[in-house]
Amino acid sequence: MKLAKPIILLASIGIAIALPHFFYPIFLMKILCFALFAAAFNLLLGYTGLLSFGHAAFFGGAGYCAGYFMRDMGVGPAIGITIAVLFAAALGALIGGLAIRRQGIYFSMITLALAQMFYFVCVQVPASGGEDGFQGIPRGDLFGLINLQNDLNLYYLILCLTVAGFLFIKRIISSPFGQILKAIKENEPRAISLGYNVNRFKFLVFILSAALAGLAGSTQALVLGFETLTDAHWTMSGLVILMTLVGGVGTMLGPFVGALVIVLLEHRVGEIGSFLSQVTGIAWFNSLGESVTIVTGLIFVFCVMAFRRGLVGLFIKQK
Amino acid sequence: MRQTLISMAAVALFAVAGNASAADQPPLKIGFITDMSGLYADIDGQGGLEAIKMAVADFGGTVLGRKIEIVSADHQNKADIAASKTREWIDQNGVNVIIGGTNSGTALATAKVAAEKKRIYINNGAGTSALTNEQCSPYTIHYTYDTIAMANGSAKGLLDKGYKNWFFLTADYAFGYALEKDASNVVLANGGKVLGDVKHPLNASDFSSYLLQAQSSKAQVLGLANAGGDTINSVKAANEFGITKTMKLAGLLVFISDVHAIGIKNAQGLLATTAWYWDQNDQTRKFAGRFMEKMKRMPGMVQAGDYSSTMTYLNAVKAAGTDDSDKVMEQLRKTKINDMFTKNGYIRKDGTMVHDMYLYEVKSPAEVKSPWDYYKLVSSLSGEKAFAIPPDSKCALLNK
Amino acid sequence: MEIFGLSTSALLSQLLLGLVNGSFYAVLSLGLAIIFGLLNVINFSHGAMFMLGAIVTWMAGQYFEINYWVMLLLAPFIVGLLGIVIERLFLRRLYQLDHLYGLLLTFGLTLFIEGVLRSIYGASGLAYSTPELLSGATDLGFMVLPNYRAWAVFSSLTVCFVTWYVIEKTSIGSYLRAGTENPKLVQAFGVNFPLMTTLTYGFGVALAAFSGVLAAPIIQISPLMGSNLIITVFAVVVIGGMGSIMGSILTGLGLGLVEGLTKVFYPQASSTVVFAIMVIVLLFRPAGLFGREK
Repeated sequence: MKLAKPIILLASIGIAIALPHFFYPIFLMKILCFALFAAAFNLLLGYTGLLSFGHAAFFGGAGYCAGYFMRDMGVGPAIGITIAVLFAAALGALIGGLAIRRQGIYFSMITLALAQMFYFVCVQVPASGGEDGFQGIPRGDLFGLINLQNDLNLYYLILCLTVAGFLFIKRIISSPFGQILKAIKENEPRAISLGYNVNRFKFLVFILSAALAGLAGSTQALVLGFETLTDAHWTMSGLVILMTLVGGVGTMLGPFVGALVIVLLEHRVGEIGSFLSQVTGIAWFNSLGESVTIVTGLIFVFCVMAFRRGLVGLFIKQK
Repeated sequence: MRQTLISMAAVALFAVAGNASAADQPPLKIGFITDMSGLYADIDGQGGLEAIKMAVADFGGTVLGRKIEIVSADHQNKADIAASKTREWIDQNGVNVIIGGTNSGTALATAKVAAEKKRIYINNGAGTSALTNEQCSPYTIHYTYDTIAMANGSAKGLLDKGYKNWFFLTADYAFGYALEKDASNVVLANGGKVLGDVKHPLNASDFSSYLLQAQSSKAQVLGLANAGGDTINSVKAANEFGITKTMKLAGLLVFISDVHAIGIKNAQGLLATTAWYWDQNDQTRKFAGRFMEKMKRMPGMVQAGDYSSTMTYLNAVKAAGTDDSDKVMEQLRKTKINDMFTKNGYIRKDGTMVHDMYLYEVKSPAEVKSPWDYYKLVSSLSGEKAFAIPPDSKCALLNK
Repeated sequence: MEIFGLSTSALLSQLLLGLVNGSFYAVLSLGLAIIFGLLNVINFSHGAMFMLGAIVTWMAGQYFEINYWVMLLLAPFIVGLLGIVIERLFLRRLYQLDHLYGLLLTFGLTLFIEGVLRSIYGASGLAYSTPELLSGATDLGFMVLPNYRAWAVFSSLTVCFVTWYVIEKTSIGSYLRAGTENPKLVQAFGVNFPLMTTLTYGFGVALAAFSGVLAAPIIQISPLMGSNLIITVFAVVVIGGMGSIMGSILTGLGLGLVEGLTKVFYPQASSTVVFAIMVIVLLFRPAGLFGREK
């Protein structure tokens, strides 16, 4: 079986590289960005046990930041994304620093409150473009060499960044640092009694999670060429929770699968509805297509009641 | 690992369910994207799709020997969905023209994609005048209305009747500001006064506080620079607090579906500008009757615009003899639009479809003779005056 | 006389309006606090229940010609029954799990309920008129207050007071309070704990529906009317202290007043001010203003 792993790995890489020739690249890139966002969120929830209700602030905030620097300050994508990630980390330090002081539901509520205040700032500041959105973010050239207008080039860049993000998370989890996070998740008082400065660890992982969410947000802004308030709204925070839940909390691949399912749902719900109505012969499925919210709601209920380990959790045993 | 394979299989399954099949003679495809299930679903939504279907059927179903196909999607008021769907339609599905619906953010994002890919984009539902200003493009047509026309219609109409002092209740977002600014400019330019404004957060439930502030300003007109649920709740509360006894309410973005939702008792006396009303003439009534049969509600101006713009586009394709965007746009710019929607419309250099606007007042319950018989005409405004080009317009196309 | 640039009458009128809104917050957060206190469930569907109270009232009026006064009692009853069904079918199985799942389940239910109603009734909403007896307004000197709003405050505060009294001063209430502290012990004493939790959820939800009936003539009845309020109400409960009955009532009223003042001085922020307050309160009093750390 030892040989199987590298073969599967190579096969996956091969498929990933070949995919844009079969499927629409923009769509794939969107999935990758959300997968990274969900993975960043999962680092906090699945591996440290911290539920943040305000992750959209980092996702959207970084998008706006990257957009601003790339469109109005004329920097290239590499620098733009880097600045945005640093911005997200700083915002993470601010929000995390305040939220960490409390635990459980109070921690979550503080993240929500601070994210709401950040959203308010996004709405008020004229530079964000308000409801019209921040339009016209240029793709530019990567390091002045690779033209990113080409969807294929951009896809490979996003693929690399997303895989790098995932590998980074894996590295964190497998390290001694990650073990302490796990200990905090399972039994925080015990971790404290063992002498660990629990707050410092929580603070650090929060910043890392925020930075990675920021990476996801800034790459999405690059792909789409604009940034809107939707990305910083609390419903976006809800969406990433859903993705993680559907995919499988506390698993490495869960976020990816969850993102895949949810993005597909948003884009294809109309067609899935007609497909289902043809297959089952029930006409009502046709109107299902009109409402993504109904379907999302049902998925939430279903996942919580019967499917808590998520799609990926079905296949691997929870450790 | 198993997980990866399952994921790949899932992708494959959904892709199969999603991809369109090939056809022999490439059909002419119209892509319609709007809010089908959210806040603005009543203004455009399914009704808009029905209107486009009616137009295609009335046109004959084929053009230049090709079948006409309609694809539609719900952008859920998310610009990224609108833009990605549009991109996908153009890149993968051979869509020739995009008709866009409500929500300004999605409209701007879609217009950009369409321009990049050189496809014509006709918008009927969004209000932002940025579509024909900072973000104008040779491929964008802003067909039904924009904030400037709405502001001009309401403001000029009232100023002419002697209502000079205004106070604004403004929704705190870019669109609300645009409505207020456009209306204020008209008021000030015509000798009126703006006594103040108060900004409320989007989707506020309770307007009593803001309305009292408006009342204490002693202005004659309360301009409602908001839309949808906010306008509906503002009007309701204004009645409750007796504001309507001392001030005239001018809705800067009100659709007939809103009036229907408010109910005639509370909406009476409300002033609203619109590009089209179902009871204007025999043609409008005929269209409205057919629409009513299918949708069980009367069409509003956006849906009428969907019908008219589809017809106009198809006629232009026929006249130009090709679906090439540049040639069709050239043809469209020469077209005089005289149909159920407007009698003397034309498409200007910056993409605005210039046509007359009308100021209506909502009837009192006693004056209503049949369902949806809500409006009585106050005044009309010529297209040139309504869609006046802003002096500081940033659209480069105007200089050509 | 001017205070902060406002005449006294203007200030008083804004405060009174704030009190009206505050009474709605009070009833809504009371229901949430009761549910969280006993069941440890963060009931995200509270906003949807509020909306259902309003819509059921409209439906009863539209299809069965049942009037407002009957609906004041009937709508909470109907929605309460729905709440009992939800508790029995879904929530019951989640008690031993993390808070998270109760929240996510009720969030999912909210999306579903709102989505279905929106696909039937549209998003523009439905109109409901003020009952004849309460229409018109009274001149209070510094402002003219619509009679219906006065009624809304009066009935909300009455319901709040009665609920508080029952929970804090009667024996039934004492079972409830004991149950929040030590469910197993209470069961050992022979109290039917599962029945208590079911009824409690039903009651909490009925409170939300009652608020919805009160709101029907004021706010346009739309399937989304609850989602605009829900996170504000959450914030109120958290600020007040999540299990505290009096805390949620007083905080609800207080927030109404603070929002009222914000609407005068910085209106754009009136929806966001509650969050600023929440952060400050949580940092200095971790369990909320009136709460006890669990």
